[in-house]
Amino acid sequence: MSYLGNISTGFKTTWKGMMLSIKYFFQARFARKKEWVGEDNYFEKANGTFTVQYPHEEIPIPDNGRYQLHNEIDDCIVCDKCAKICPVDCIDIEPVRSPEVFGQTSDGTPLRIHAAKFDIDMSKCCFCGLCTVVCPTECLTMTKEFDFSTTDILDHNFSFSKMTDQEIAEKKREFEDYQAQKTKAKPELPAQNKEADVMKKPTAKPVFKPRIPKKK
Amino acid sequence: MISFAIYLGFLLIFVVFAVYAERKTAAFIQNRLGPMEVGPKGILQTIADLLKMLQKEDIRANAIDIIPFLFAPFIVFAAVFTGFSVLPLNATIDGSGVSSGVFFLLAIVSLDVLGILMAGWASNNKYSLYGAMRSVAQIVSYEVPLGLSVLCVIILTGTLNLQTMSFLQEGGLPGWNIIQYPILIIPFIIFFIAGLAESNRAPFDLPESESELIGGYHTEYSGFRWGIFMLSEYGMMLLLSILAAILFFGGWNSPFNHMLDGPIWGTFWLLFKALLLIFVQMWVRWTLPRLRVDQLMSLSWKYLTPLAIVMLFVCALWKLWIIG
Repeated sequence: MSYLGNISTGFKTTWKGMMLSIKYFFQARFARKKEWVGEDNYFEKANGTFTVQYPHEEIPIPDNGRYQLHNEIDDCIVCDKCAKICPVDCIDIEPVRSPEVFGQTSDGTPLRIHAAKFDIDMSKCCFCGLCTVVCPTECLTMTKEFDFSTTDILDHNFSFSKMTDQEIAEKKREFEDYQAQKTKAKPELPAQNKEADVMKKPTAKPVFKPRIPKKK
Repeated sequence: MISFAIYLGFLLIFVVFAVYAERKTAAFIQNRLGPMEVGPKGILQTIADLLKMLQKEDIRANAIDIIPFLFAPFIVFAAVFTGFSVLPLNATIDGSGVSSGVFFLLAIVSLDVLGILMAGWASNNKYSLYGAMRSVAQIVSYEVPLGLSVLCVIILTGTLNLQTMSFLQEGGLPGWNIIQYPILIIPFIIFFIAGLAESNRAPFDLPESESELIGGYHTEYSGFRWGIFMLSEYGMMLLLSILAAILFFGGWNSPFNHMLDGPIWGTFWLLFKALLLIFVQMWVRWTLPRLRVDQLMSLSWKYLTPLAIVMLFVCALWKLWIIG
């Protein structure tokens, strides 16, 4: 490039850059609207300051956001499905069986097991949401709450069980008594006979057999 | 003497708010908000930073050369601040009556190279030394176009004294040098670019280029001594902006002739013009990328210096044929 060409390119490019940045400087009078990602014009607001000053203001979160887990313990039938499906094993359940049905969930499912312990360790949770999918009574849900940071990692272990230690011991004792009564009521069968019974039993067949797709 | 004291106080307050303004300007240009937490709209952020900085430990590495290391920041600041001594504040408060005026200013300000080289050398650190070397090369090169562009103004006005120069620009907007002698627009651009390089500001911030040299010549400094370097950098910005305001934009003269005139208004106009130029410096900083070392040298020696010499010649002809 020629000498004078260099000078003129230098001026033109500098001028263009300066005009661009001053445009942004004056646009900073405006701020972006605090809209969530579902809004139609979410990507059409490059003008104005983009910062969200988090603790003072926040962008609305959709109702189906996958954040902190919540268990409505009164509706929980302690089926343990959530603990089984959890890929990171963050749900820890200790069931205590009850001798009889002791209540109903809000959708009418009978309650047979007490939840002595229903802990969800949110520090392990990977927020996949599988536990909420398998929950039969839909008592385990993901809430909009996402800011639950603490200074102690143990505070991330959320305990949902409402039972006190005393209650747990009581219920355990109750069930043990019931179990003991049941065995007492049933007379002991001779050992030989018992073995024969076992032999007679038919082998269990799977109720559901997965269909194998035909090869094309 | 009194102008010197006023400038010292103003400089200290200016630095606090200039850092805030710098961060806000950067933020707005980049679609951000900048400091928002300390005080309303974050206005006290720099004061908090300052308090933090003053409490910091003065770290001295084992390998440093202790005496130059400790004195360097003060030499840089003294060199920059002595430049303020010849600046007038308004029609009644004059600076020092040195007859060499603006030349004294340019000469004394170039001494800050010495302090920067001392800092870089005494730190005994490759980054510091690189920064110091670059700084010296840069400041020495850019002295030439800076001096030549100032010389253009001196030829046209015929005085070295900045107060006399301000009196010559009386009469409102038409009296200002840049409007009285429109030819001065090119020397002004040269002066502004060279001034950016003199004060180590972006896009000529190679001496401290934090992305490659950590902190450049002040890598090893911490706490108060680092603060002095920062203060001198902003002092240099302010000095060159005030100088530009006096040389090209009428100094303390009001743009509306005798309206809004007087000592207080004079001071206001001078500092207002200077602060406007400082805003342009900040605007440039957040727009243009840093120059490479060879680009820096070619800009100075191949473009600015020849252009300044040509302008000097043109100004001399203007003085001869038009002013007479």
